[in-house]
Amino acid sequence: MRALIIIPAYNEEANIPKVAEDLKESIHDAVVINDGSTDKTHQIARDLGFKVLNHPYNIGVGGAVQTGLKYALLRDYDIAIQFDGDGQHRADQIENIIRPVFNDEADLVIGSRILGGGYRFPLLRRIGGRWFSLLLYLSAGIKITDPTSGFRCYGRRAMEFFSSCYPEDYPEVESIIYASKAGLRIKEVPSLMRQRTGGRSSIGVFQSIYYMLKVSIGVMLTSLRSIRRW
Amino acid sequence: MDIVQIISFLIGVVLFLSVVFLIITGRLKERYSLLWLASSLFICILSISRRLLEYISYKLGIYYPPSLLFLAGVLFLLAINISFSVTISRLSSKVDTLAQEIALLKENKGSP
Repeated sequence: MRALIIIPAYNEEANIPKVAEDLKESIHDAVVINDGSTDKTHQIARDLGFKVLNHPYNIGVGGAVQTGLKYALLRDYDIAIQFDGDGQHRADQIENIIRPVFNDEADLVIGSRILGGGYRFPLLRRIGGRWFSLLLYLSAGIKITDPTSGFRCYGRRAMEFFSSCYPEDYPEVESIIYASKAGLRIKEVPSLMRQRTGGRSSIGVFQSIYYMLKVSIGVMLTSLRSIRRW
Repeated sequence: MDIVQIISFLIGVVLFLSVVFLIITGRLKERYSLLWLASSLFICILSISRRLLEYISYKLGIYYPPSLLFLAGVLFLLAINISFSVTISRLSSKVDTLAQEIALLKENKGSP
């Protein structure tokens, strides 16, 4: 089985070298999806030896992941791993997240910081995460401890499904509903992640409120939608 | 017939003919013209007969018949705007799909 690491990156020139360093020992192929960055993400990633696919403009992280999944299907990979370009995810956690797909126990695996322990969420993020967990449980009966985690592994069925439809912006929570409606097997595994360092949490108050509202409404409406079983 | 009736009837006719003209010259697609045609016909019908307007208003419980015109106008504009939002959503997802295809096609082709 061949696995591809998909690295969505938007203006991550400062972090891509760290990601490359971390993935140095990885046995899997990797592709950087440069989502219309205005900095040197493309050149830096290319010089570090990554294969880079460039969106002509910024679509959003959902669209970037989807491009990666389409690429993985084109190149006939069996497994795809979503690995953020900001250095938050850890290469030594990849084998753990692949295992359920490899053993054919799941189509979508989510790396959970809650199950992994040791990760300190800022208060609002912790509350937000709890709220989304509750919402997922109430609207679809799915139990996910860390629904905003972007560390994920996709099996072939999930790759095919998500390359046909994937929520655009802030896709993490909604995509879980999509997957469950499509009949994909979802599993969470404990994962360790790095704390975000530096002024990355620059999301303002209004943006946070918009995020909460958008995702909450999105989850509720998606749970009413009819999505073809895959 | 009052002056106001003639004016609003003419407005309806002009709107209808403009939409038809835009379709014939290929600047407006039929699929986006239906609501416009419907609203222009509606304006014509309501303005041609005062009794019809009064009758419908009476049946709906509207005391001041011209406000039926406003109501109809607002509702048509709402419908047209929602159809625009739907169209924009469809276009934006199509454009994003194209951008992804470009990214995949330009693989190996260097700079963004």
